[in-house]
Amino acid sequence: MIRTLRWLVLCCAAPAMAASPTADPLDSARWEDMRRSFFPDAEVRFDTRIEVRGPLTAENPMAVPVSIDTTALPDVREVLVFADFNPIVKVLTFTPGKAASRLSFRLKLQQSSPIRAAARTADGVWHVGGVWVNTTGGGCTVPSTGSASPEWQQRLGEVNGRIWTRKDGNRVRVRIIHPMDTGLAASIPAFYIETLDIDDADGASLMRIHAFEPVSENPLFTLDLPPGLDALSRIKVRGRDNNGNQIDAWVER
Amino acid sequence: MRRWLLLALLAVNVAHAADFDYQLAPRQIAADTWVVEGRNEDFAFANGGNIVNTAFIVTGAGVVVIDSGPSRAYGEQLRAAIARITEQPVVRVWNTHHHPDHFLGNQAFADAPVHALPQTIADMQQDGNAFTENMYRLNGDAMAGTEMRLPQHAANAGTETLGSHRLTLIALSGHSAADLAIFDHSTGVLFASDLLFHRRAPTTPHADLRHWLASLDVLDGLNARVIVPGHGPVSDNAEPIRQTRAWLTWLSATFTRGAQNGLDMNELTDTVLPAEHAAMAEARAEFVRSIAHLYPQFELDVLERR
Repeated sequence: MIRTLRWLVLCCAAPAMAASPTADPLDSARWEDMRRSFFPDAEVRFDTRIEVRGPLTAENPMAVPVSIDTTALPDVREVLVFADFNPIVKVLTFTPGKAASRLSFRLKLQQSSPIRAAARTADGVWHVGGVWVNTTGGGCTVPSTGSASPEWQQRLGEVNGRIWTRKDGNRVRVRIIHPMDTGLAASIPAFYIETLDIDDADGASLMRIHAFEPVSENPLFTLDLPPGLDALSRIKVRGRDNNGNQIDAWVER
Repeated sequence: MRRWLLLALLAVNVAHAADFDYQLAPRQIAADTWVVEGRNEDFAFANGGNIVNTAFIVTGAGVVVIDSGPSRAYGEQLRAAIARITEQPVVRVWNTHHHPDHFLGNQAFADAPVHALPQTIADMQQDGNAFTENMYRLNGDAMAGTEMRLPQHAANAGTETLGSHRLTLIALSGHSAADLAIFDHSTGVLFASDLLFHRRAPTTPHADLRHWLASLDVLDGLNARVIVPGHGPVSDNAEPIRQTRAWLTWLSATFTRGAQNGLDMNELTDTVLPAEHAAMAEARAEFVRSIAHLYPQFELDVLERR
């Protein structure tokens, strides 16, 4: 019996110890589940070119700042962001158009977890990077401020934003008023933005974002255009939440 | 029956023997006035949460205590330390604000009236239990047996005389929604609560920088002879006011500039701290925490073009 146990322990420890490109550098017990559910048939590589920034400890589990940058990798078609230990794992996906493959935003974290970005390149391979963020937790099961406030409901879908010219290109910050309720707080159904299109004045896509429940209340997205493009005069923000409410606004420079 | 009593007494003794020993050493800083200085650190198992300054005045008409510390054990050991210095009874405890390191020792003063500003009591009612849970997580066994005990009396701003000490209670805000400073006219000692940090970066989880800076002006106007900050060493000059003001002013300017330049939180984390601020204990950690507490409002001001 003891021998069997030891054998089991060795077996379980082996994948984490092996230095193979498929071993999870964050050593998460949930990684295999993540791989199976998001990339069942695709090739997956851990790749240090996928940069995910976040705090070591989340001071506010309702709004953990995360910055994704996959620009070190050419030809990125789609980026998926997820958190292994969140009750709702999938956070968002984005498809870069004219914008660089780089996005900052905030998410709700229920307990300490890896936060990962997986970038799919043109050859169909997923490149994964990530970071552990510790938290005292509770970020997903707390009611939003907006769910309790009629004033916020009147502003639902309101868009505020700015455009900056920086020496490495245009920067866009867009904030939408929305409670982004997860459905995990008692008696408050899931209510969140599903799609968001950020286009230039000519209708060309800068970035398309598919959001899910863990994105923080009143989401604030920061994106960058590569250097060398003309200064943006204004941008169009269009979207829809899971109740069919439309978002449609111009953001001026 | 007697055997049971004996066993019960033994059990009590064992429980007390196992208490975290804070080794509290009150230091006299003025006539009748003692301070117990905490460590210039963050909460940790090793310090049992003792990162805070508490104080007491032996007024001649009883002892008044300013803040009761982070745990039941701390409160009891503070009380024992007072009893070693004077036979006068504790006649009043003030909790300067609603942060847990300043009032979780209240259990040890169950027979004394505990006073706090009304807003402080309301905030304790709202946040106190969550704070207490968090303190167990941060400080471990030192918290054993600690429960929140609310102040029973609303403190009123104004001047009163206790024994040979004329004390002015000043209701301020900025570090939290209600911060109580106490100025002793008889000794010139200012008990500044967490409105002042000295050689330690200020904490900001419930801060309003504008109100805080205005409160610093009020404290400056008192021309105190001795300043007892909430955290950090006691000072015989205005250095704690200057340091706290310099930190808060820099924080505000850094966040304003960051928001105007369109920086996101993680980029702001890369800010290089000026040497003067970097030299304060916990500077980098508190700066990063302050980004989470305060930066979103600066961002909104820019995005909503206010």
